[in-house]
Amino acid sequence: MRTTKIRRASGPLILGLGILASAAQVTAKGEEAIDEAYNNGSTNYGGNNWFEGTTLGGYGELHLNLNSDKDNAVDFHRWVLFLNHRFNDRITFNSELELEHSLSGDGKPGEVELEQAYIDMAFDGGMHLKVGLFLVPVGTLNERHEPDTFYGVERNPVEKNIIPSTWWEAGLALSRSTEGGLSWDLAVHSGLKTDTFNIRSGRQKVAKAVAEDAAATARVTYSGISGVNVSAFANYQSDITQGGGADASALLLGATADVQMGAFRLRGLVASWDIDGAAAAAAGKDDQWGYYIEPSYGFDFGNGKMGVFARYHEWDTGGGAIDSVSVGVNYWPVDNVVFKGDYTDEEGNDSFNLGVGYSF
Amino acid sequence: MLTLTAAHQDRIKRLLGHAYRPSRVRYWTSGSRMVVILDEIGKTQPITTGFVLREGKIEQVKLLIYRETIGAETRGTSFTNQFKGVTLGSNGKLSRRINNIAGATLSVRALTELGRVAIYLEQIRPR
Repeated sequence: MRTTKIRRASGPLILGLGILASAAQVTAKGEEAIDEAYNNGSTNYGGNNWFEGTTLGGYGELHLNLNSDKDNAVDFHRWVLFLNHRFNDRITFNSELELEHSLSGDGKPGEVELEQAYIDMAFDGGMHLKVGLFLVPVGTLNERHEPDTFYGVERNPVEKNIIPSTWWEAGLALSRSTEGGLSWDLAVHSGLKTDTFNIRSGRQKVAKAVAEDAAATARVTYSGISGVNVSAFANYQSDITQGGGADASALLLGATADVQMGAFRLRGLVASWDIDGAAAAAAGKDDQWGYYIEPSYGFDFGNGKMGVFARYHEWDTGGGAIDSVSVGVNYWPVDNVVFKGDYTDEEGNDSFNLGVGYSF
Repeated sequence: MLTLTAAHQDRIKRLLGHAYRPSRVRYWTSGSRMVVILDEIGKTQPITTGFVLREGKIEQVKLLIYRETIGAETRGTSFTNQFKGVTLGSNGKLSRRINNIAGATLSVRALTELGRVAIYLEQIRPR
């Protein structure tokens, strides 16, 4: 057994580690041996078996909705497959395929959708470039919505109707995360298309989408204080009708907060659309907004984790403000499996919902 | 180079939660400090992490190569600073509970497991 002593230079051992980091990340002259050792998995990784080039993942959720104002329903709401491939240390392919409501096809309630499919290139300093079809970097749920990551059986109606989650587009997205906790995203991508100014149905889903008008999204996130994650985002499109009617520009502005204080957590979002032009104003849809606030309390016990939550939502898609309240509980026997129950009251229509979800 | 016996690998398997294939681990020392670089998969990609250890405690954690497209909050010093001064209990758990980051659970878990393994390697290295 041999040990290699690092000569104490003008700084602590950490400097040596930083130098090793640069060497590991960038092939520099004279450092090829170290780079090869770590990148080709010949040493610490223990050989080619250590990590696969192609990985599969997934998530899914089954819901039972016991409704007061309509029929009860049971539905395997989503079955999702992630397929990823790593080409080399910097370039990967990531994709997400989803089957909604079990059966897809003419007259069937479900859909098969490609929700993500992009090449990701990693650069030094925590910078990534995505090229392809990706989730728009906005909201609390749009990018991360595995059932074990949120409370309530159904996704919250504010993000569903206002963001409009799940929202994906095609284009380029640059992002950078830093050790100080500040990160940013900047994306240029395809846009919504609607002349009724219904945001959610304006999603083209990159399906032979009209690309007359592009859109841009920017977001800044701060997670530099332990337990705190806050973000502010904006999305702009110069004509949300994609040439279908008189030009109507659309601007989405929003902010999110997620604060964990011991067992207590507070999550919230506020977002609003401002759509220009006479047509949107005439339809009463020039100003659409929504917010939610969700306090919760989670705790470990011998056989897993449990959490209780309450969530208040209010939103307006042009037909007047709607509010709803949900309260419920999540039980995680392991981190990535969740059993959920909630009671939701939306403008007097109440429902009791049960769900089971998983991710891997 | 630290050579691992079958007993070592068995212990590491229990600290890590899965089999640990390498039978040798490269490390560096300076005085009483030790540096080791380990990898663990977060969600789908390995996280290459450096640990500086001394006398059974973690002095510093630095994420050297973060390949995932999400969960990069674990790179932040406000997260990695939690590992400072942490030791390994006889029950195989870290002496301090590392706070989870919502949306980065798998990365947090990977780093917590690596922290346990790093301290264990420091304990078994030849003096």
